[in-house]
Amino acid sequence: MTEPVLSVRGLTTSFRADAFSPWSTVVRDLSFDIGAGETLAIVGESGSGKSVTSLSVMRLLAERTSRIEGSAKLEGSELLALPEAKMRKVRGSAISMIFQEPMTSLNPMMTIGSQVAEVMRCHLGLSAAEAKAEAIRLFEKVRIPNAKDRYDTHPHKLSGGQRQRVMIAMALAARPKLLIADEPTTALDVTIQGQILDLIKDLQVETGMAVLFITHDMGVVAEVSDRTLVMLRGDKVEEGSTADIFARGKHPYTRALLSAVPRLGSMAGRLNPATFGLIDMTTGEATPERALPAAADAPPVLEVKNLCTRFEVRGGLFARVTGAVHAVEDVSFDLRPGETLSLVGESGCGKSTTGRSILRLTHPRAGDIRVDGAAMHALDGKALREARRAIQMVFQDPFASLNPRVSVGTAIAEPFIEQGLGTQAEAREKAGQLLERVGLSAKVMNRLPHEFSGGQRQRICIARALMLDPKIIVADESVSALDVSIKAQVCNLLMDLQESLGLSYLFISHDMAVVERVSHRVAVMYMGEIVEIGPRPAIFERPQHAYTQKLIAAVPVPDPARRVLRRKQDIEEIKSPFRPKDFQPPKREWREVGAGHFVQT
Amino acid sequence: MTLTASAPDAPSPAPATSALSQAWLFTRRHPTLVTGGAIISLMALAALAAPLFAGDPSTMNPAVRLRPPSAQAWLGTDHLGRDVFARVIYGARVSLMVGLLVALVAIGVGTVVGLVAGYFRMADAIVTRLMDGIMAIPAILLAIAMVALMGASVWILILAIVLPEIPRVVRLVRSVVLSVRDAPYVEAARAGGTRLRVILSRHILPSTVAPLIVQATYICAAAIIVESALSFLGAGVSPETPTWGSMIAQSRSHLARAPWTVFAPGFALALVVLSVNLLGDGLRDYLDPRTTRRA
Repeated sequence: MTEPVLSVRGLTTSFRADAFSPWSTVVRDLSFDIGAGETLAIVGESGSGKSVTSLSVMRLLAERTSRIEGSAKLEGSELLALPEAKMRKVRGSAISMIFQEPMTSLNPMMTIGSQVAEVMRCHLGLSAAEAKAEAIRLFEKVRIPNAKDRYDTHPHKLSGGQRQRVMIAMALAARPKLLIADEPTTALDVTIQGQILDLIKDLQVETGMAVLFITHDMGVVAEVSDRTLVMLRGDKVEEGSTADIFARGKHPYTRALLSAVPRLGSMAGRLNPATFGLIDMTTGEATPERALPAAADAPPVLEVKNLCTRFEVRGGLFARVTGAVHAVEDVSFDLRPGETLSLVGESGCGKSTTGRSILRLTHPRAGDIRVDGAAMHALDGKALREARRAIQMVFQDPFASLNPRVSVGTAIAEPFIEQGLGTQAEAREKAGQLLERVGLSAKVMNRLPHEFSGGQRQRICIARALMLDPKIIVADESVSALDVSIKAQVCNLLMDLQESLGLSYLFISHDMAVVERVSHRVAVMYMGEIVEIGPRPAIFERPQHAYTQKLIAAVPVPDPARRVLRRKQDIEEIKSPFRPKDFQPPKREWREVGAGHFVQT
Repeated sequence: MTLTASAPDAPSPAPATSALSQAWLFTRRHPTLVTGGAIISLMALAALAAPLFAGDPSTMNPAVRLRPPSAQAWLGTDHLGRDVFARVIYGARVSLMVGLLVALVAIGVGTVVGLVAGYFRMADAIVTRLMDGIMAIPAILLAIAMVALMGASVWILILAIVLPEIPRVVRLVRSVVLSVRDAPYVEAARAGGTRLRVILSRHILPSTVAPLIVQATYICAAAIIVESALSFLGAGVSPETPTWGSMIAQSRSHLARAPWTVFAPGFALALVVLSVNLLGDGLRDYLDPRTTRRA
């Protein structure tokens, strides 16, 4: 057998807060090999130590507060014993890395060309002219359109997907033997994600480098990796060929992780949403999925007609209005009691602004919003506050949506007391009941948010939203920031609450697989407009609009056996809905293609 | 059936130790905080308890003028035969009081103005321009002018020193308010119908406390220096009250013969300002661990 490119043995990494604190171990006794041309994926949820593993191999952790033990050999030479000066030569040349956040990993003050050329001049000793020619060749290789002209562009002029391409070009500049990709597509939209994964795969075939792929997304794993290593809280749980892990995962955690992954297409042929079937992580005991009832055939609780929200853009000498971002343009829909309508689309499509406009957290420019009969768009002050009782919101980031200084009991009770619905004691009692209802204990009322995990915090936010007995909850990417297994549990909680309380959800999400599971109806948004709306089975099984079809096709399938279906897509970027001042939005027409299924023509 | 927590293993709890060793650990972790705090506390204690151990600062005795430090007068005597040690200790009273009051008033006024400017877009432009205007006036000149116009009292002095400090507080509070005004937890409160008063007091004001405490120490140090400078120029509190600035000014001409008369108040001034700043730096690291220097 040939020697592996990277061979890690007994890697143990510990951290401490400062020189006076005890060590706590984050990665325990981890061993793995990666051969040339091979892709190993390390999968795990937050806190599993997967990123720390790659940072340990690269020796990028602060020396004062971290300790790395064990061995990591790159083609037989030990990395952990290398002096810092030699290690610096290894980084960027023999091993290079792509990070999650393409917005912050490039220097905003340097042109993208000079950043890539610099790497080649440092590591390959090329002259300035050679480096420039080579950089342009690389930009072409990572499929940046007009590579020659883009050489002198600054990063802020590129989209997220393009920046990630530049990062890849930079990582490949010195022809590394090993590429470490740490969640390289997590911050990207799903159509862009597919393109980037394709690119990494192609370049690997071409250069024969080894790839260490770190991700939490089982769909991505199935798409790219030859072998998979599952981590749980610093320990290796299981390792094997990707096909094996997906088909015959032995450890309950692996199976729990896989069962919790929403699979696009798993709802085919079914009319109504269904909860996720879950497998317990320690015992392996399974809870089967359960179908939800159809929405009530009653008058809608929420009616939105011709909603428009624009953000003015100012420029020039006297900050005059030069144009506007048409975030939401002529959006109409309704929502019936007990129904879930999902708004899907990619970043910047206006789905969040739609939700915020309905609650009047953003001031819409025009349109009718009727919440339970009340004309939300025309209210102000006290009347608006009271109207908001019927419609509440759950936000995306469970860490930012609770005030870190306010106990969870006080946070949940606040809307009830502030709306004058009862006494302090009544509010505490109700808050306690709701905490139990969302799967926590009423005893945790006096604790502060930092004592809870992300999933628990999202449950607390749901309890807070329920405090006013709303009829509608706007869930703005409410499960997107959660780990896979927690995501499935929180989705199940939302569906349980819908069934028992008759809630209606406006479910805003970019995650097509989750949307397929939870929704009765789906509206697809693109550049501020709804391009297609209809019953969930119709949208997913018979998508009519080209954008909907593209969106569905781009979702990675968590099944390694189906990887042969490569998506050879054109390089496309998401357009911005910025319009000049005198822009007249075109009058849109919708065509009914099935019962309640409308497509923009 | 569910696994709710996915947090990494908590670090093993530190072994239970005595209060003394915990205090020692705290000192090693936050040396600047403890050093600055200790010196300031000792100074404040000495200033408060001055009548108990320091002599009378105003008794003149021409027979013993410009005597070097001795057992009777620990820091020697000045050109009028007054006890320098007693005058330095009593001088601390003025300096520390001015520093403390200026910091409190500047923080109090600045917080209210900054909160209004940060939360209400309408008020922002007016307040910000007003503050820019105040910042354009040289602090010492303003103070001299005010003392000249309204007479020299401690209160006028404090007012004169506070005024140029207010914009610093306003800017700080405004920037903190701007950063949390659109935080999801504030939006959540708004969506739940929470009244403005509660949003400001419960969700916004608490975020400003930590930076304000740190800012207060810097303002305190700056105020002590300005007060000394004004006293040195003769524009400070009434000349019979001993202050470090006036001591240095009166003893200037005897510097060669009796250096202790200048160095004693000068050293006290430097020590207090240094330790107040140390306290501020220490508090900043303590209250916001993110800014702690890393390896």
